[in-house]
This record gives sequence, C-alpha cells and structure tokens, in this order.
Amino acid sequence: MAFLKINNVEIKGIAASVPKYSEENVNSGVFPNNEDARKFISSTGVERRRVADSNTTTSDMCYLAAERLISDLKWERDSIDCLILVTQSPDYILPASSCILQHRLKLNEECYALDVSLGCSGWVYGLSVIANLISNGSFRRGLFLCGETALRFASKKDKSTWPLFGDAGTCVALEYSESAGDICFHFATDGSGAEAIIIPEGGFRNPYSNETLNYFKAEEGITRNKLHTIMNGMDVFAFGISKAPESVRKLCANFNLELNLIDYFTFHQANLFMNEKIRKKLKLPEDKVLYSLKNFGNTSSASIPLTIVTQLNNEIRTNKIKHLACGFGVGLSWGSVYFETKNIACPEIIEF
Amino acid sequence: MELQEFISNFADQFDDTDASELTKDTVFKNVDEWSSLTALSIIAMCDEEYDVALKGDDISNSKTIEDLFNLVKSKA
Repeated sequence: MAFLKINNVEIKGIAASVPKYSEENVNSGVFPNNEDARKFISSTGVERRRVADSNTTTSDMCYLAAERLISDLKWERDSIDCLILVTQSPDYILPASSCILQHRLKLNEECYALDVSLGCSGWVYGLSVIANLISNGSFRRGLFLCGETALRFASKKDKSTWPLFGDAGTCVALEYSESAGDICFHFATDGSGAEAIIIPEGGFRNPYSNETLNYFKAEEGITRNKLHTIMNGMDVFAFGISKAPESVRKLCANFNLELNLIDYFTFHQANLFMNEKIRKKLKLPEDKVLYSLKNFGNTSSASIPLTIVTQLNNEIRTNKIKHLACGFGVGLSWGSVYFETKNIACPEIIEF
Repeated sequence: MELQEFISNFADQFDDTDASELTKDTVFKNVDEWSSLTALSIIAMCDEEYDVALKGDDISNSKTIEDLFNLVKSKA
C-alpha cells in the first residue's frame, strides 16, 4: 500500500506566476461557432487561460515565483539545500532544468537539484519527494517548483486540448521544523493507461522524424501533429471520477482523517464536469472545494498550488488551515495529500 | 441488473430526448441529442449506479443500448 507520513516539515510559503496574456475561449478560433464554444465553456468551466509567449518556459515562470518567495520570506540563499522541479515541459531534453534553476536562483553549489517528470499528479508526488528530503533533518530549507507550458504542446486546432489547458509556474517553500504537523500521502499508478494522455513522438520510443510535424485530422475538430498532446477524454474522465474519490477515501481511512474536519479541498483542475462529479461522490460542500479553472484552465502540476494562491490568498496568510489535495492524470498517476498551513507567505499572483 | 432499469438510467442522461424514444435496440449515437458530453454522462452513470468503469472504446464499440447493457453487466 502506497501510504506515507512525513513529519518535521513545515510549508512556509506558496507563490504562483502566470503570463499576462489571457486568451478567451469564445475568441480562441478553435470552435466552428459560438454555440460550440458556449457548450464547451459550460461543461468544462474554462472561460479563459493564460498563454505563455514563445520565449517563456516553465522554468522562467517558476523562477519568478521562487524569487518572490525567497524575498518575502527573507531567506538567505545559502540556507536553501534542495530544489525539486516537477514539469513535463523542461527547458531542454538535457540538462535538467532544476540544475539551470539552481544557478539562476543563485543557490549554493551545495544544493540537491532534481527534475521530476509528472503532470497532473505531480504536485502531490513532488511534495512527497522534497518533504522526505527535508524531514531527514540535514537539509534545512527547500524550494519545490511545479509548472507547465501545456499549451506549447497542444494543437491550436484541437478542441479537446487547446481551450482546456493553461500555462503557469509555482513555488512552495519548505523548512525543517520539529513543531510541524504531519503530512500524509496516498499514491497510485496505472501504466496500462499510458496512452490516455500522450505525446506520441519526440521521445526515444518514437523519435522525431521528417513526418513528425505534419498536421493530420484525427477526428472532427481535432487536427494536430505528433508532437502534440493526444487526450482520450472518455478514458481520462472514467479514470478521474473513480480513482480521485477512491484515493481521498483511502487517505482518510488510513490516517484516521475526517472529511468534515478538513477546511479546504483542492483537486487538480481537470475540468468542471469531472471535478464536480468527484466532489459529489465525496459529498463535499461546494464552499470547501476550490476552483481556479474558470480563469486559468487546466495547468497540469501547477493547478493545485495555483488554485490555493488564487482562492485562499488572504485567508492562508492569517489562518491555520487544514488542506486536502488530490492530483490525478497523465501516467496514469494519482495521489492525495493532507497537510496544514499556518500563517504562510502567499503573495498575490505574479503576472509578467 | 435489469435491462429496463438500465434503459431508464440511460435515458436520464439526456435533456431533450424522451425516455419513450429509447429502446434496447436504439443506436444511441444516432440520437439527435447525442454528444461527447452525453458519453461522459453515461460513463458517470455506469460508475455511480453499477460501479463499473467504462473505457472510451466501450462506448465507441457499442451500437445499441443493449450492447452497452451487456458490456456493463459483464463487468459488474
């Protein structure tokens, strides 16, 4: 059973950064008419998304969020002993973007840096990696970056991905603290669903070829090339509505957590139709379940911290909050986490 | 698991289509109101009512409501 309890680690701050440019789905050009656009918006809940320009990468957005937190927390840079970056849109195939960020953030050479390749479940998994490192007691502080330029690998002529995804970068600051509450996790994986969300070429199984960039019509409303994300919406939906609630229930059962004692639930922002099914299955009240997808869409691994920053920005700075978060998607990979925050740094969302 | 109950649950996923229009032999993708959202609602209904997780291919490869009923029954 993939459960994990980590102690002695405190979350000190959360920040998020997004491109200034926001694209309205009604004007996105991906739908043949306004009626189709309206239907899409009412089922997915996504009205607009932030779109990074072609010069901006995930690491650029994460860098801005990290700089802001370092400055707000007044952290000495040489007190930061580890950095984890979760992304599937790194700067290069190699080297790892976390190494580039260590230098750019002017962190000490004595720094553990690691890239993690996960998408929608990535925030939960990445948090377990960095919290475990810090829990050991040797690393004092860590930066946990999560982000995606998901639109860079979505076709502008694909109505199933282009109007759904958005770009964002985030940072969570963590510190060793013996007075911190436990962080509790549940994890699961089902690689048989690898093709439910996939970029078919450009890796080493199906390397880039002369045909890779040729556009073809996959189905009505979906024209793409083989470096674009394919999403099997029905498979992903069936997976999400069964596995996300199951994971939350397992987490609660294993760690004796009561759902009604949780202050806020933050689910990966897949789409409104799926997320509402999940909320109703768990019988959670609307006011405890946070959403940011109306204005930001589905931002992959960034969606949980982005939602916390945009929806709890004031409360999280002044209150003690019990959180439950659940990430699920590409892999297929999913996981849930319970954690607490107490008066943490949470700057207004950074736009650039 | 009863066929008539399944047809009724199936019909509940439509807004503008009357339940009386649907029978076990209805080719559901030919119903005017059918859309990708209806497909997702059917998947959710099978999950909620029968605890069966359908795949996209299960919907794609089924023609009639009875085809889907038999599939769900075999997985229940």
